[in-house]
Amino acid sequence: MSMAFTTERIAAAADPMVPRVARLRRRRRDLNDVWTLVLEMEDGSDLEFAAGQFNMLTAFGVGEVPISISGDPAKAGGGLVHTIRDVGFVSGALARLAPGEAVGVRGPFGVGWPVAEAQGCDVVILAGGLGLAPLRPVIYSLLANRRRYGKVALLYGARGPGEILFRSELEQWRRLLDIELHVTVDHAEGDWHGSVGVVTALLPKADFDPDNTLAMVCGPEIMMRFGVGALRDAGVSGSAIYLSMERSMKCAIGLCGHCQLGPAFVCRDGPVFRHDRLGSLLSAKEI
Amino acid sequence: MEADRAKATTSIDKEGLQALLDALAKRGYRVVGPTLREQTIVYDDIKAVEDFPAGWTDEQDGGRYKLVRRSDDALFGYAAGPHSWKKFLFPPIRQLWRATREAGAVKMAPELASTERFAFFGVRACELCAIAIQDRVFMNGALSDPHYRACRENAFLVAVNCGKAGGTCFCVSMNTGPKAESGFDLVLTELVGDGSHLFVVEAGSDKGRDVLAAVPQHAAKPEELKAADAIVAKTAASMGRAMRSDDLHDLLLANLDHPRWDAVAERCMTCANCTMVCPTCFCMTVEDSSDLVGTESSRSRRWDSCFTMDHSYVHGGSVRASAKSRYRQWMTHKLATWIDQFGTSGCVGCGRCITWCPVGIDITEEVAALRSGGPR
Repeated sequence: MSMAFTTERIAAAADPMVPRVARLRRRRRDLNDVWTLVLEMEDGSDLEFAAGQFNMLTAFGVGEVPISISGDPAKAGGGLVHTIRDVGFVSGALARLAPGEAVGVRGPFGVGWPVAEAQGCDVVILAGGLGLAPLRPVIYSLLANRRRYGKVALLYGARGPGEILFRSELEQWRRLLDIELHVTVDHAEGDWHGSVGVVTALLPKADFDPDNTLAMVCGPEIMMRFGVGALRDAGVSGSAIYLSMERSMKCAIGLCGHCQLGPAFVCRDGPVFRHDRLGSLLSAKEI
Repeated sequence: MEADRAKATTSIDKEGLQALLDALAKRGYRVVGPTLREQTIVYDDIKAVEDFPAGWTDEQDGGRYKLVRRSDDALFGYAAGPHSWKKFLFPPIRQLWRATREAGAVKMAPELASTERFAFFGVRACELCAIAIQDRVFMNGALSDPHYRACRENAFLVAVNCGKAGGTCFCVSMNTGPKAESGFDLVLTELVGDGSHLFVVEAGSDKGRDVLAAVPQHAAKPEELKAADAIVAKTAASMGRAMRSDDLHDLLLANLDHPRWDAVAERCMTCANCTMVCPTCFCMTVEDSSDLVGTESSRSRRWDSCFTMDHSYVHGGSVRASAKSRYRQWMTHKLATWIDQFGTSGCVGCGRCITWCPVGIDITEEVAALRSGGPR
């Protein structure tokens, strides 16, 4: 082993800004512009993660973006499953990767969902659009340890019937007799016979004890604001509502300054926050 | 106490100062300090005493910086210029890594942490505090910045007590100056006039004592110590600006909807000058590039500013689209949420953001307006 190589290895271990190399094992198109990528680390290592954490993914030569992990925490390789929407240069380049191509990975980063704290409670999961992806690891965990939790309700809203993410999995989960699952869409043509309306309208349908419920909310910020409002109206306290915030991130280690939300660095102190700890930051404009 | 101080304090003349520069160079330090360029005082390489801006001072005010001649040939007779030491510790652009694709394999080559050993010569009290603040940002345990850490741990700091307050200085308000209290290896106080030109020197570390031992010196005389104290006291009494700072955290966070933010947004050009000259602002972004065939790619980081639209951009738009929200982010971060994040204010009262603002927005004036209640 040459000296230079050794030095590089040490530097790589010490520098949290340097990605490790992974390969795309396979990808699946979930929606028109949404893809799920399954990666494997080139050195064969696994990536342990907590539900709600994210990785920084690099498309070499293009750039790096934070992507939440959508895999199963209990499964090998679960930390290398990401669901991304092709909305920019980097996410587009990632979505177009061919199997075998290299991807840079840094992570996992951040504070995840309160899966352990939710034991013994009823659990309400409120997801909007792509917000279902960072909550899917929670659903896997709840279902794998079903008897540790009270009632479980999954309420999901999509823009339209063609925008329903993980549809076949939702259909599988709906067949289970010990969870409640409702889906709604914002707009629909005549061939949709399910609910139409905002996701918060599903809340009255769900059966849970507001005094012993833990709610997890993820979706567009406006949906989360209304979701929190509806949960509070239903009697769930702010200390039992968690949400996952999205902000610009360049480093994921609290150094680049981009993801600040008041005193918090979303990358390090979040992305999952307890609602009462965010306080007015969720409703303040342009903070 | 006074006797102890007298024992530990020496005086050197200009030849001694040259010997100090030589002693640092001999120990492998790259000495950087204030020097004159394009009618400003900027930090650059210093080889000889002649490289310092002898006989110059500055006039500073909101949006105004002008060098003028002094009546003496003081080497450090001016206040902070546009540069700060962060340009060395946290360089404006720095490559992070290169990746090479060869026969399907991707080889990562991280940029190694700098091994350069800087001697920062002429660090002001407020700047020592700024460095201590950036230490908290960049050296926070496991996720620290290896370049910053390497550069910082190697650095030798020669502080200079300010002999003149700048027109936009308010270090007294921020409790950061004008006397260098700690965090230096050596500290000088310049005594000029009556045909003599001396520097009273105190060591703040073993490293400092070692270097000082190589320099011709005499024990500081009582009148020299007295003169040095008088200079710092005079500077403290002549601050260009003042800002009450004990209540800023709660004041700013209780006033996020104050009409003053709209008033300042009418003047703010969101040019980011204040963040570039600020010695504590640490925002950075990353940029990737590749060769045309895609075999080589690399990532660099560069200074960024919360005044740009890109800074808060997530798909769909910027979180802080208005100038008002960006100015508010900068000021509330600097003076309030910085305290939540790092246990210290992000402001050291150096006045650079006031001087280098093209429209002369004055942070002390904005704070006063928020405190008084009404818009301007």
